[in-house]
Amino acid sequence: MALPKYTETHYRIWHYIYLTICAAVFFFLIAPLFVIFPLSFNAEEFLVFSDGMKRLDPDAFSLRWYQDMIYGTKNPWGLAAKNSFIIAIFATIGSVLLGTVAALGLSSRHMPYKGLIMAVLISPMIVPLIISGVAIFFFMAKAGLAATHTGIVLAHIVLGTPFVVITVTATLSGFDHSVTRAAASLGSNPVNTFMKITLPLILPGVISGGLFAFVTSFDEVVVVLFLAGLENTTIPIQMWTGLREQLSPTILAVATCLIVLSTLILVTAELLRRRSERLRGINQ
Amino acid sequence: MSSENKQILTTDGIPLEVSLKKAEKKNKVKAFLLVAPLLLFIIITYVFPIGDMLMRSVDDKMVTEMLPKTYKSMETWDGKELPPEEVFEAFYFDFQRLIEEEREGKLSTQLNYTKNGFKSIIKKLRRKSKSFEEGNYKEQIMAVHKRWADVEYWRAIKRRAPAYTYQKYLKGMDMYENEKGEIVNVAEDRRVHRILWLRTLEIAFFVTVFCFLMAYPIAHLLATLPMKYSNLLMICVLLPFWTSLLVRTASWMILLQQQGIVNDFFVMIGLVSDDNRIEMMFNKTGSYVAMTQILLPFMVLPLYSVMKTISPSLMRAGKSLGGTPFIAFWKVYFPLTIPGIGAGCLLVFILAIGYYITPALVGGASGTLISNQIAFHMKSTLDWSFASAMGLMLLSGVLVIYWLYNKLVGIDNIKLG
Repeated sequence: MALPKYTETHYRIWHYIYLTICAAVFFFLIAPLFVIFPLSFNAEEFLVFSDGMKRLDPDAFSLRWYQDMIYGTKNPWGLAAKNSFIIAIFATIGSVLLGTVAALGLSSRHMPYKGLIMAVLISPMIVPLIISGVAIFFFMAKAGLAATHTGIVLAHIVLGTPFVVITVTATLSGFDHSVTRAAASLGSNPVNTFMKITLPLILPGVISGGLFAFVTSFDEVVVVLFLAGLENTTIPIQMWTGLREQLSPTILAVATCLIVLSTLILVTAELLRRRSERLRGINQ
Repeated sequence: MSSENKQILTTDGIPLEVSLKKAEKKNKVKAFLLVAPLLLFIIITYVFPIGDMLMRSVDDKMVTEMLPKTYKSMETWDGKELPPEEVFEAFYFDFQRLIEEEREGKLSTQLNYTKNGFKSIIKKLRRKSKSFEEGNYKEQIMAVHKRWADVEYWRAIKRRAPAYTYQKYLKGMDMYENEKGEIVNVAEDRRVHRILWLRTLEIAFFVTVFCFLMAYPIAHLLATLPMKYSNLLMICVLLPFWTSLLVRTASWMILLQQQGIVNDFFVMIGLVSDDNRIEMMFNKTGSYVAMTQILLPFMVLPLYSVMKTISPSLMRAGKSLGGTPFIAFWKVYFPLTIPGIGAGCLLVFILAIGYYITPALVGGASGTLISNQIAFHMKSTLDWSFASAMGLMLLSGVLVIYWLYNKLVGIDNIKLG
């Protein structure tokens, strides 16, 4: 951001101070994530940079914690990863189905009590997770679903749908309803219209809502802590236990994998957002 | 001129107005049917359970059901002196039934909540009551332990008679109802909850302020930079946003530990000596630093989306009309960003006030919040009704802010990513 030549000195100084502040904040935001990378390749057991690492001595680095993560006998990371993916995938499917259909209804101008219903549907996102956890635990215990995959999936659908509702409603806000009327006038039935006309147009919103739901379920720890038994352990639960008891470098190896995963998700979400904006004719 | 003459008819001969209303109603039902599955799902698995929490928090039927005869006979007892023989007799029979059903332990736990000292005397009564003779139960029970002859303990039992109670809410505010039915504060050294409430508010408030102070400049930079650069910088905001909360907390645990990089840096620049490293984890500092970084994206994104809509020509106009850049900023730009500030601050405050994971991991004893106390009672003391009561107290606070948010920003205006 170059300043015009005529800028007075004290504004010039102020401008550089402003840029420095911004740089510091960006550093504060992103730097902590990068501490994890090198330390997960530490050859030693301590969570500090060893002298060897500071000298970039190749012997100070190793993949032993990644080996421990995959082959370690004591570590239930395999089971946890399997559970996490199964739960997140089913929760995402449930959230996307329920959320998209609801968003279609909510964006209709005929929808009665829109504000109130929206407030109820969004509430799981706003209410502190600890309260949701307690409430959902009571329900699942009564329904006999505590410590089952089904129970956790249902809980995560509750937590994930608000994101789908929000993203899909946002996509639908720029939706030209005359195309569906055109389809209807050409003899298409509503289901056919939805599958062939509406869905392809709102797909970016649906997928990015799905990504949110996936991440919500995949990272969720508070509610699972109440619901999960030993069989239903997930990656967040294992990390939570690990962080509480002893911070081992294996956790950092897992954390590194999670950062890679979240980077992939971020890139997908960004690409979708841009595609959606292009489709809706928002050019920047 | 009658109105019938003016009515427009459709081809079916039905007045247009009626036909239109019918179509509108059909559309309404259609829209509602689309929303219905999710609405029903959320109501069953979420809204009702929260109602269930409310019931649990005021529910006090347990003792009422365990001592039905006792409470019936107590109805006429004024509570001034020791209850008459019939109350003792009723209590004896209730108690015998509980022993048969092996529930006397639960009774002692419950009564001990009301008044300390019940546990041991109920155990003793259980042992001695095996050799009780018929009749004159008052004498026999009073002989078991001197507390059974103390009217205070009988009053304590009577206080548990109603099936509903607000005691748990009082306890959540460090108050209780004393023997005379007055609401009083607990002893000063036992007031744990008020400290926690205040600390939760304090941490949520300051985290919001810190987030605002840090987010405003970078949101402004992101909104004014050319797209090319701002997209790149946006990744710095979005990557933490998409990264697991536990990963981010773990990285703060590494950074803030005594041998960690932040302390290394402080030693290197000579701020502290090597044997005098600052404790930044397991206290409030840990909670502040980690929560601010974790919640920062939630402040940046709403601010950014508002700032994006402000035309740069407004600032130029302000300056061209003679304002210094600072005045132009303060009088023109800043007021326009207020909706974004409101949205961001409310969002961060709501999230911070209910935070659980991060304070539990880096907060230690002095940095934990009310959520941690709720989890503690859910998992360790198993006092679920108290956990429910505290949860609802927290919820009511959050709902007030949620309502405000809805008024000011509108929930359908929440933007993600």
